[in-house]
Amino acid sequence: MTDMSFTPTTQPGDWASDQEVRWCPGCGDYSILTALRMLMPSLGTEPRNTVFVSGIGCAARFPYYMNTYGIHGIHGRAPAIATGLAMARPDLDVWVIGGDGDMLSIGGNHLIHALRRNVKIKLLLFNNQIYGLTKGQFSPTSEIGKVTKSSPMGSLDAPFNPLAVALGAEASFVARTHDMDRQHMMDTFQRAHAHDGAAFVEVFQNCNVFNDGAFEGVTKKQNRDANLIPLRDGEPLRFGADGEFGVIDEAGCARVVHTADVSDEQLLVHDEAKHDPSTAFMLARLARGPFEPTPIGVFRAVRRSEYAMATTRQLAAAQQKQGAADIAQMLRSRGTWFV
Amino acid sequence: MTDTASRELPLQEIDEVIIRFAGDSGDGMQLTGDQFTSISAALGNDLSTLPEFPAEIRAPQGTLAGVSAFQVRISDFDITTPGDAPTVLVAMNPAALKAQLHNLAQGGALIVNTDAFNERNLEKAGYASNPLDDGTLDDYRTYPVPMSQITRDAVAEHGVKPRDAERSKNFFALGLISWMYTRPVEPTLEFINTKFRGRTQVIDANTSAFKAGYNFGETAEIFEAHYEVKPAPLAPGEYTNVNGNTALAWGCIVAGQLARLPVFLGSYPITPASDILHEMSMKKNFGVRTFQAEDEIAAAASAVGAAFGGALAFTSTSGPGLALKGETLSLAVSLELPLVVLDIQRGGPSTGLPTKPEQADLMMAMYGRHSESPLPVVAPRSPADCFDVAIEACRIALKYRTPVIVLSDGYLANSSEPWLLPDVDSLPDIGVEFATGFNGTNEDGDGIFLPYLRDPETLARPWAIPGTPDLMHRVGGIEKEDGTGNISYEPENHQLMVDLRQAKVDGVDVPDVEVAGDVDADLAVLGWGSTWGAIDAAAGRLREAGFEVAHVHLRHLHPLPANLGDVLGRYRAVVCPEMNKGQLCDIVRARYLIDVEHIGKIDGVPFTTGEVTDAVRKRLEALATV
Repeated sequence: MTDMSFTPTTQPGDWASDQEVRWCPGCGDYSILTALRMLMPSLGTEPRNTVFVSGIGCAARFPYYMNTYGIHGIHGRAPAIATGLAMARPDLDVWVIGGDGDMLSIGGNHLIHALRRNVKIKLLLFNNQIYGLTKGQFSPTSEIGKVTKSSPMGSLDAPFNPLAVALGAEASFVARTHDMDRQHMMDTFQRAHAHDGAAFVEVFQNCNVFNDGAFEGVTKKQNRDANLIPLRDGEPLRFGADGEFGVIDEAGCARVVHTADVSDEQLLVHDEAKHDPSTAFMLARLARGPFEPTPIGVFRAVRRSEYAMATTRQLAAAQQKQGAADIAQMLRSRGTWFV
Repeated sequence: MTDTASRELPLQEIDEVIIRFAGDSGDGMQLTGDQFTSISAALGNDLSTLPEFPAEIRAPQGTLAGVSAFQVRISDFDITTPGDAPTVLVAMNPAALKAQLHNLAQGGALIVNTDAFNERNLEKAGYASNPLDDGTLDDYRTYPVPMSQITRDAVAEHGVKPRDAERSKNFFALGLISWMYTRPVEPTLEFINTKFRGRTQVIDANTSAFKAGYNFGETAEIFEAHYEVKPAPLAPGEYTNVNGNTALAWGCIVAGQLARLPVFLGSYPITPASDILHEMSMKKNFGVRTFQAEDEIAAAASAVGAAFGGALAFTSTSGPGLALKGETLSLAVSLELPLVVLDIQRGGPSTGLPTKPEQADLMMAMYGRHSESPLPVVAPRSPADCFDVAIEACRIALKYRTPVIVLSDGYLANSSEPWLLPDVDSLPDIGVEFATGFNGTNEDGDGIFLPYLRDPETLARPWAIPGTPDLMHRVGGIEKEDGTGNISYEPENHQLMVDLRQAKVDGVDVPDVEVAGDVDADLAVLGWGSTWGAIDAAAGRLREAGFEVAHVHLRHLHPLPANLGDVLGRYRAVVCPEMNKGQLCDIVRARYLIDVEHIGKIDGVPFTTGEVTDAVRKRLEALATV
């Protein structure tokens, strides 16, 4: 997906800060960090023009490990901080990193509003379906019945489907990837970066301490063929080692079928630029959890007015109409008199 | 104005008048008051206004809850308050009369729209009998005027629907009062033409109603005289009439120009602060970016993000919003970024009295964040002072890289006064330099950037904005190592950083406080914020009565002026009127062990001059007997 004619001015190492990475050994966050550091040189940007913003949680330590500008903010508020930054500085590349608790629980409000405004920030949700930093309580993406320290008899909370939330919030770019496939992560992050607007990427991320193996059903090598449905724009949804499975639209519901049982024309053809989000929503909800066939890749990528640039255009229009800044004129705008 | 020969009524010169227009929220009382204010300003009177409106947008018509009022005081001398009791009350309906009569000075003039005093309206206002003829108004000079009927007759020729005809009655009232106080008619006719441009019928109706009111005064033989208030001896120069929220918004915008920084405002609508968001949203040609956030927290958080990006960032709110912003402000304290918070205080707790002022957020501004989270606090003392205080808050925020809270209130926000326009060229340069290069070296002797290496004088850290080559760095809410800004949990380092953050705020360059009035008096009145006008006027009255009074008014509440303890320590007694339960009293007592006596009032109405005068007089008399 990278432009081969482009000559990088940086190396992955230029994007690594001098700080010791302190996630638990074996944490899925390491592979995401590596993917991003490896991707960065190919994006045609510089560390000095890049800002990572985060809230609170394990994932939120991310900015410390990138040799860019960074804000490690407060719990849930990273999308709001990033919105202000992106509005004030549309020239920057602004990434937001957060976990499922950070972005979908305490910060759920900021997430949906950043997405609906379509401000140019890249939101990477490291979903591990558990609270890690507070040592193992159920999260807004944990499955019903999950036994944790705060739910000894099983969680009663119905979980959020992060992609469905993002689509419901009118996100113009929605994608999913997982921490066991570096190339897929890099490709997906690259697409998010290239998107002119808010980009939301859910990353299935393994917390090997508090929720080990949560995504194994789909991300483990031997399970991928059967349970990962790669979304490729313009292509029929077909998966399995020999393409023996496919996805059809059955009266508005996505359903997995044996391709042998249907004609090729019946398979859903993926159209990420389709403005109506219904199909993307249907695909987002195809799997009940990471134990059955689950689509990954770009669900939706549509063009919509970008917020920071729209703001800038209003400033320019106002200057055209009202003239340049003139303090003396402003102070007299409500009428004056002389004594 | 009129074709008929006017009666020869005596023209009496008076030094001031306090008029209160009161009617239903839909009656246009704010517009009427505003216009009367504008004409009087142009005539050169000193003036001060006090709008009062219900929290409900449209409370049921004719009810007490729906009464909206506008008080304006005009004078031929220097005034600092909108006056205690109106001397003229214009009541457009029974509810307005019921809600406002207690404010009217004994013997004051009462102009009543008699047409509105029908059974239904009387009942809605809770009158068992008609106050116009049951003796309720015996203590006042009552002028019954059938405003609705005359207005309907006056506008009939313009083909206005009967239902809409009465809507012009506020202009009738304005015309009548304009006649009573010999205001020129042309400015109002021009105003009507501009305000309702393109709506010919409305212009015609309002013009006719206004003229009918003016002519009524002249020809209806119920008034004994009309009056003249001569111009006040204001300092020469160009004036505008400004309210506190506008002055605050303008101050923020101008501060951006003075600092040569783009202005960013993150805000969530809240009474009585929303007008700041409105005003700044209209100034996009100044490069002002306004962001109406999803909530109060996002409003503050977006401002933090913008500040990191190099903007002069603001967030505006009122008490409930400041509470929500608390955690974000403590992040700003930790990140040590410039940020100005505008808190337009209102009555609380909880939703409280959204449209009424209070000064009860002082402790929250000072201490309302978790842990040790010090930040400077400043407060304007009058509507026009909001402009200077906004610039001062920005100066401190930028110079010391710190959030600063401005404590205005609902009284300053909406009341207005003439403001001698500042010489734009004489405004201070508050610009600061962004960091552009390394400020340290590592063990190998290579240049490095230390984001928490402080300026030895101000203790401010460098402000390196994204885009600057080589200065990439991370800031965060986790405790940072002195100098490098790296995460540090070391006990000694935390102690050091807590001490440094406090020392930085303690070291803010605050000018010494000056004593107004009788420096050598036995008693000083200490105040802050919007009580200035009432205290200043009360001190004047007491001086006229032969007392000596000193007045110490604080603009900087944190840190306090360095000389404050010494100054207050000189007085035998210090009293402090505040619209709270004694918050500044507690701070000053704790800080200086000075026995400041609290004069409190939390009824949603600003202190009157009389209230302050009486309370201080009591204390002065007690002192005299000791």
